[in-house]
Order: sequence, then C-alpha cells, then structure tokens
Amino acid sequence: MSSSLAFTLDRRDLIGIEGLSAGEIVGLLDLAEEFVDLNRQIEKKRTTLRGRTQINLFFEASTRTQSSFEIAGKRLGADVMNMSVGTSSVKKGESLIDTAMTLNAMHPDILVVRHHASGAVALLARKVDCCVVNAGDGAHEHPTQALLDALTIRRNKGRIQGLTVAICGDVLHSRVARSNIHLLSALGAKVRVIAPSTLLPSGIEQFGIEVHRSMDSGLEGADIVMMLRLQRERMAGSFIPSVKEYFHYFGLDQAKLRRAKPDALVMHPGPMNRGVEIDSSVADGPQSLIREQVEMGVAVRMAVLDALARKLPNA
Amino acid sequence: MRETVRPSDARPVVLANARVIDPSRGSDFHGDVLIIEGRIEDSAFGIAAAGVPDGAEVVDCRGAIVAPGLVDMRAFVGEPGAEHRETLATASRAAAAGGVTTIVCQPETDPVVDDPAIVDFILRRARDTAIVRVHPMAALTKGLKGEEMTEIGLLQAAGAVAFTDGPHSVKSAQVLRRCLTYARDFDALIVHHTEDASMSQGAMNEGAFATRLGLSGNPKSAEAIVLERDLRLVDGARGRYHAAALTCAESLEVLARAKHAGLPVTASASINHLSFNELDIGQYRTYFKLNPPLRGEEDRQALIHALASGLIDVVVSDHIPQDVEMKRLPFSEAEPGAIGMETLLSAALRLVHSDQVDIVNVLRALSTRPAELLGLPTGTLRPGAPADIVVFDPDMPWLVDPAQLNSRSRNTPFDEARMSGRVLRTLVAGRTVYEYV
Repeated sequence: MSSSLAFTLDRRDLIGIEGLSAGEIVGLLDLAEEFVDLNRQIEKKRTTLRGRTQINLFFEASTRTQSSFEIAGKRLGADVMNMSVGTSSVKKGESLIDTAMTLNAMHPDILVVRHHASGAVALLARKVDCCVVNAGDGAHEHPTQALLDALTIRRNKGRIQGLTVAICGDVLHSRVARSNIHLLSALGAKVRVIAPSTLLPSGIEQFGIEVHRSMDSGLEGADIVMMLRLQRERMAGSFIPSVKEYFHYFGLDQAKLRRAKPDALVMHPGPMNRGVEIDSSVADGPQSLIREQVEMGVAVRMAVLDALARKLPNA
Repeated sequence: MRETVRPSDARPVVLANARVIDPSRGSDFHGDVLIIEGRIEDSAFGIAAAGVPDGAEVVDCRGAIVAPGLVDMRAFVGEPGAEHRETLATASRAAAAGGVTTIVCQPETDPVVDDPAIVDFILRRARDTAIVRVHPMAALTKGLKGEEMTEIGLLQAAGAVAFTDGPHSVKSAQVLRRCLTYARDFDALIVHHTEDASMSQGAMNEGAFATRLGLSGNPKSAEAIVLERDLRLVDGARGRYHAAALTCAESLEVLARAKHAGLPVTASASINHLSFNELDIGQYRTYFKLNPPLRGEEDRQALIHALASGLIDVVVSDHIPQDVEMKRLPFSEAEPGAIGMETLLSAALRLVHSDQVDIVNVLRALSTRPAELLGLPTGTLRPGAPADIVVFDPDMPWLVDPAQLNSRSRNTPFDEARMSGRVLRTLVAGRTVYEYV
C-alpha cells in the first residue's frame, strides 16, 4: 500500500502546537487517519524511514509515550533506540546539553525528547543537527498528545469545530492542557478548563477560554470531557487538602458526567489515578475513549514522523 | 574612608569645552573643569580661556557631557571564590569602560564578607588590581543565613559601606528588627533584598506569559509583602533602610507611603527592570532570567515614573556575571543575573532619549544619591571633591558586542542592542582609567 497523501510539515522540528497553523494540524490528522487503517492490518510496515536512526531520549519516565514513539518509528522502517536518562543528578541541565552533543555526533536523523523542564526540548533542538520531536517538556507542551486527542475526537464526533470541550483537573502542571488549548482553539472548538483555583495557572483566562471552578457549571452541555492526571509528584506545597476532597469535588464519576451532554465522551491522557480524578466506572464505561486514545497515539506519531521525515536531508 | 586608588600624578588636568552636569548642585552649563592633584579645583565657564596652570593636560571635550563618575551600588564581583566569573581587575575594567568610578561589591562571595579580614582582603586586592574605586558591602547576618547579625561596627571600621544579605531576604522579622536597631547606633545603611522566599521559588514573573511558557511564577506580592513588613520594622527601629531592587508598582506604593511618613527609607531599581519586561524572555532566553524577575510593561513604566519623580533614589547595574555553563540550561535550571556595569550609562540614557527622565535626574540616581547614601565624598563636581568623572557623548551610536565587553562573563541582555550614548573617558582621582578610541 502506498500513501495517497504526501503531507510535509514545513519545519525541521515539532516543539509545540503553538505556532502550528490550522492547515498544518488538519494535514497531520488526515495523514494519521491513513496510519490508523494501516495499523489495523497484518502487514503494518512502511519504508518512509528506512535507513534512518531515531533515538527516543527520555529524561523523565514514560511508558506509553515512549513505546508509542518506538512502535511508530519501527513501523515506518527506522532503527529506533531508547535512552532513558536518570534524573537524580542535581545538574540535570548539564547532562542535557552534553547528552545532546554526544548523540548528535552519532548522526541520528530524529530525536524524540521528553524532559522535565519547560523549554528544554527547544534548547536541545538548537544544539543538534537533526529533527527533534517534543514528547513533553515540563509544563509547556506535549504536541503529539494534543494531536492524538484531536484525532480521537474527530473520528468520534466527525468534527472539532463548534464542540464544547471541558478540560478538567490539574491544569497548572499540565503540558497536555496547554497543547490541547492551543490546538482545540485553532480548530474552532469552545474550550473550558475546570479546576480548583490553586490548580489554575495565573492568567489562564487570557487564553480565550472559559474558566470554571466547579464541575457542575463546567461540564454543563460539554461534548467532550477531558480529564487530566493529578500530578502529585510535582506538587511542592499544598495545592489541595486531600485526594479524598479532590475526588469529591473534581473526580469524574457518573453523577458529575450526567451534567454533560448525553452523548458526551470521556478522555484521559493516562496514566490514570483511578479514584483520584476519575472513577473506574467512567474510565471503563461506554462513554470512555481512553483506550482508543492509545491506538490513535501510534497513528499520530507515525504521521508526525512521516511528515517531518520528508524535510530531512536526502529525503 | 579607606581608599583603593592612588592619588593622581601631580599634573593638572583641564576638561575643556564641555557640557558640565553636576546633579549634586542641580547645575547644567557649558564650561570647563579643572583638576589639581586628583581633586576638583573648579568648574565654571572660561577656565581654559583664562589660562591653564603650567604643564596642565588640556582635554578638549568638544561639547561632550562631563559629570560625576557613576557609583554602582550593587554589583557582584566573584572575588574571592568565583574568580572564573569575575575578578576585581576585570570588573573594574568593565566599570571604567562604563563610566563607573566606584563599584560597591556584594558580600555573597566565597567566603562570605562577614568578617573584617575579608573586607580587608577585598580592599587590598582592589588597591593592587582594580583601576576604579571598590567599596565592599558586608553581610548583614553571619554566612547570609539570616540568623545572627555580623560585627556591624568592626566591619564598618574595616571599610564596609553598607550591610546586606545580598540576594537573600532575612526571613526572621526579629533578626531584621535587631539589625536595624543596632545599625542605627553606627548610622549604618542596611540594604535589603525584598522577596519572600516561600513565594519566589519560580523561574519568572507570575502571569499569563509564564503560563504560556509552562514556567512557575513569582507573584509581585512576594516583594511587596516583605517591603511592607520591613518598613513597619523601620518605623520602630529607625535604622537607615534601602530596598535593594524594587520591580513593581505595588512596591512603589508601599515605598511612597513610608517616604511620605518620613521614615529613613530609600530604594534602588536595577537598570534591567528599567529596560526590559518579562516578554523579553521570549523563547526561554536565560540572559533575561533575573532575581527578582522581570515584570510586566506597566511595572517597568511605573519604575521609570518613580525614577523621574525621585521616589526611586538609585539606579544600579545589579551586575551578576555568570559563566556560560550556568546559563546554557533549561530556563528553570539556569542561574539568574546579568552583567551590566559597562552598559549601565548607555542603557539609562535610553530613558533620557525617550523623554521619560531628565538627564540630571538620571545622573543623580547613578552618582550623587548612591554616594550620599553610602557616605562617599564622590558623586559631585564640587570643588575639593575627588576628581571621579565620566565624559560621555549622549548621542554617539554603538552596538553592544558581548565579545568586546571587558567583563569576564558574557551574560548581557543587551547583546546586539543599539545604544545611543557612549562613554568617552573615565577619570578616577584625576587619572584617566578609560579612554574611547
């Protein structure tokens, strides 16, 4: 099977959704649709990245994103290497530049990078000669997550324009929320965020979105309910009094979900804290798209790698 | 006052055909300045025409401005302990090139300047290696820990001109209160960084831009709260207090109230906060990572107004040299600070060119006021004062090239900036220590 689309991103790196045009986003989603079909066949291999070396450089632990990028690269024919860098050292940044320079000398074609500091992936991208894909940097962006969320929504709702999407939970620490706000706004969705005030970042109302502080008002009439993971490991200081209280007011259960539209769909970027931000009956219920999101993840990452690879030297 | 520079050669100097601005007297006139034995003999119209002393060196200033040399009240020099970032020698060359004739260096060295022997060490090193005057500020508390006050009397006797915990705020109100009370007996100036540590763990100013970048922010209230507390302590203790670097309108309001009430309170703003706002950080540019952080444009404008009105007394460079490895990091992990002595005057002249602050007021905040607060005899062109002088062309254009700067570090936020106004000559005690060629 040969690709009917030859979509090219006119940039070397994918660092964030901010700055992508609606056309570029739609182009990636359309391309990803093809890979969804491909991934459901027995023969899943392409040759777009044959001879290319892809390194997944993860400074922060990840299972689903890293394996998703690994499978995506392999299905496109790349040689994929995973590197997980320990984060115990105090001078993490030094190892960032040093590792980047070292890897660069091995002539990789694609670096997929996750780092705990906002802006770290862009910094690294300036130091290397190859294509860099952001797999999440601090609380800044996680572009492929937003793309896979958009693909999941579009396949289930047929559109994104005009939908009301409620993003609920730990917005403060969430790169997923930021990338989704940029993407969904660019494609014409009505975006809401719902969180206790301590988990809302300063100035969030200036992003052209609705801000709610209760699930009752925030979920009213929502088409999509996008839950965020409570990032307890990033919580230096007291943001919420207890997990119990958080679940009581902001955990998504069947009762709260009834405020949304009857055909509302539920999403979660994973990994889930069951009983903290989402009840198991909702996570595994008929309105949940959570498993489909994982499937879309591989397709979207294949699309991103494919579209960027067309700009690689000698492509 | 212990001097770190030698008196000049006996040869008199005439700075002729100059626009002479002396903020200490509020004067601005065309004339000449006569320097004899390192001191200002006279400044008036027609000195050169009336005949100069035998053997005098006559410098034709061609209409350039002659003003008191700058007194930079807040500059970090890495000596002792961080000589790879800056030494007294390199700092003094940067200062001279920027028209700064007195560096007031900060105590957060290694070891900390909390012992008279270290004050003595710095003064001796400066005498041997620096080409401008150097006066250390000593630590306010031992080891900058905010727990026990230092030997304020002995340190002052050794040559410390003021007391500060550098980039730290004293957490304990009781400790600061005792320091202010004790310092009053020595008429010692306490310079305090006003930022609540628990609210300033972030990487930049709190707000929509920090949210967009995914960086944690420090609220402006972190500054105003500490300033407010401090000024209540000053109200009781009556020691002389100076806020090290205010950044926002909220703090200025607090300061104005205290000044109105007649408290012995003064304040600085750094040239960085008068020149930039948080948007200059752009895509995580670490040279704009400062402590306290850059704020919004409305705060920058408020600071400029406060400088023009005299509410802000002093403009400092807040010179903090950082080597490249401390800046080539993700923003949240990079060290804060920017070098600034060499660009201080040129950057301040931008405020004059934009008609926001009168040139006499700018020069007063850069020389006369800090000298007064620190009890230094400089910052004036009065007869008898040390001939610490800057000669500058307020309009000469130049481009800041970090490779051409004299500092040992390169972390200037004015990288590639276009400047109008350049130092032509700097004199310390009548001796030319810098000349633009």
